[in-house]
Amino acid sequence: MLKFILRRTLIMIPQLILLSLVIFVLAKAMPGDAVTGAFMGNPDATPEQIEKIREKFGLNDPWYVQYGRWIGKAVKGDFGQSYTHQQPVTTLIAGRVENTVLLSLFTAIMIYLIAIPLGIVAGRWTDSWADKLIVTYNYVAFATPLFVFALLMLFIFAFLLGWFPYGGSVDIRIESGTWDYVVSRAKHLFLPVMSAAIIGTVGTIQYLRNDIIDQKNKDYVKTARSKGVPEGRVYTRHILRNSLLPIAAFLGYEITGLISGSVFIETIFSYQGLGQLFIQSIGLRDFTVVTALVLISGTAVVVGTMLSDIILSIVDPRIRIE
Amino acid sequence: MKNTVTINEKDLIAREKLNNPSFAKTIWREIIHDKMAIISLILLIIILATAYLSPLFIDQVALKRVNFLNTWKAPSAANWLGTDDGGRDVFGQLMIGARNSFTIGIAVTLIAGVVGLSYGLISGFYGGHVDNVMMRFLEFMMVLPTTMFIIVLVTIIPNYNVVSFILILSIFAWLGKARLIRSRALQERELDYINASKTLGTPSWKIMFFEMFPNLSSLVIVNMTLTLAGNIGIETGLTFLGYGLPAGTPSLGTLVAFARNPDIVQNKWWVWLPAALLILVMMLCINYVGQAIKRASDARQRLA
Repeated sequence: MLKFILRRTLIMIPQLILLSLVIFVLAKAMPGDAVTGAFMGNPDATPEQIEKIREKFGLNDPWYVQYGRWIGKAVKGDFGQSYTHQQPVTTLIAGRVENTVLLSLFTAIMIYLIAIPLGIVAGRWTDSWADKLIVTYNYVAFATPLFVFALLMLFIFAFLLGWFPYGGSVDIRIESGTWDYVVSRAKHLFLPVMSAAIIGTVGTIQYLRNDIIDQKNKDYVKTARSKGVPEGRVYTRHILRNSLLPIAAFLGYEITGLISGSVFIETIFSYQGLGQLFIQSIGLRDFTVVTALVLISGTAVVVGTMLSDIILSIVDPRIRIE
Repeated sequence: MKNTVTINEKDLIAREKLNNPSFAKTIWREIIHDKMAIISLILLIIILATAYLSPLFIDQVALKRVNFLNTWKAPSAANWLGTDDGGRDVFGQLMIGARNSFTIGIAVTLIAGVVGLSYGLISGFYGGHVDNVMMRFLEFMMVLPTTMFIIVLVTIIPNYNVVSFILILSIFAWLGKARLIRSRALQERELDYINASKTLGTPSWKIMFFEMFPNLSSLVIVNMTLTLAGNIGIETGLTFLGYGLPAGTPSLGTLVAFARNPDIVQNKWWVWLPAALLILVMMLCINYVGQAIKRASDARQRLA
């Protein structure tokens, strides 16, 4: 067991190094560097001055020296200076991270709240009308692109019915810390979270349904039935214990979906999070911010996948790689 | 021996073939027996036929002409779906957009299909160290935050055009397919016909692409139909964000992108809503047909 965990953690290290190298190459390919930032709005700079600054920022060093310096700073949380916002990238990101974490957290919770009961019902009463309904919902959710669905939700519930605000993360007129603030926050979160969650349930429902159908005819379930365990308890005590554990482990894999989802959801609902910051920054060609965000998201996905792999291997020893 | 029956070998093979319907026939039977699939197929054919034949009756030059006297007109007899910010007809753009989106979806799916198939076959056929190295690389590609990477690539590539967009999308589109094919190829290579072929000295590439591939073809076809919808979704989504098709090549996403302005979402719904619904309908139709093909490829799931 310990050996597997160690092995899986070791695989992560080359992945992270490769990831940072790819991002470094992309960052070098992006137009503009620290000097462009320093000389923005100063067309009088002479070539000698620019050369001096380049030397000072170490832009004439070989690439591996530059890479080492960049990654060393990034590990310490220093991603450089954003030139459109004129403040350190770290401060900029720190101001937004709470919103995105809240959005992702509630989306994940909502996905499980919707998917687990539906998956259980569909798996337990296969081919009933409820199962058919759930399978149809799953088909439709699988086929629907997130941004189209989010836009339709926005149009129907925010504009046509007016039940929810159509953008932002909180009503700016309300003071923070009060009860009203929490309510306003929740109202702003509701539509983005529901849009992402309703589409995001697909994998979980399908997995749970198929797994329960598989487990139903296994020997241990037959044993439980034949010794007189009531049907309801066979599901809650015996089958679910086996089927739900892997679902919990999938959370790490969901991070990929949540990150790419946040780019769309935050843009559509003008929700001030990291996804929106990414789109704004790339629009403004503010590449220090872009690089930092890609590096952070990439690391989050790598670490999340590793955690899921490890948890899954604890839950199901068959899948441990040798 | 009076009772000798001469058997014509060719005749026998032909008769066997008749009893054993081809994959295309099985798919057709499966679609016919599923009401949703047949409706989807007809709807899809109507949409695509209208979109691809639209240049015959829509004046494309007029479609691009800006007319400031005619901006933001609600749907009427002259403009079935109204006009946009430049007074251009939305219905015409919808048709051109559907055509572009579908063509790009097909192109990405085909490229991803060829790359994913070759990668998966090679990795699964050789196994061992080759497989190990190729899988580590695939795993790495799969943990990259795809949407962000595509957007970054779209912004930094010089001379960005439709072809480079298709290639960028393809970089990330083949990964799942390669893994699927590889796991099947790993099983397949243990079978006798592959061993027999190896013993006879058939070159590896011939075994992979002419002996193994036909046995995996139904898997590839199913996977490609199902990912086609996903690829159209990714393309329109990126164009919606403004990092997809270059300006001047309208996609369904271009029309939906108008909805990034709250005023347009609420008051000028005719510009973006039809495109959003058309994307939705196309995705659903392709998926229903894809599910029917999937059932046809697996005898246990067939309805017909």
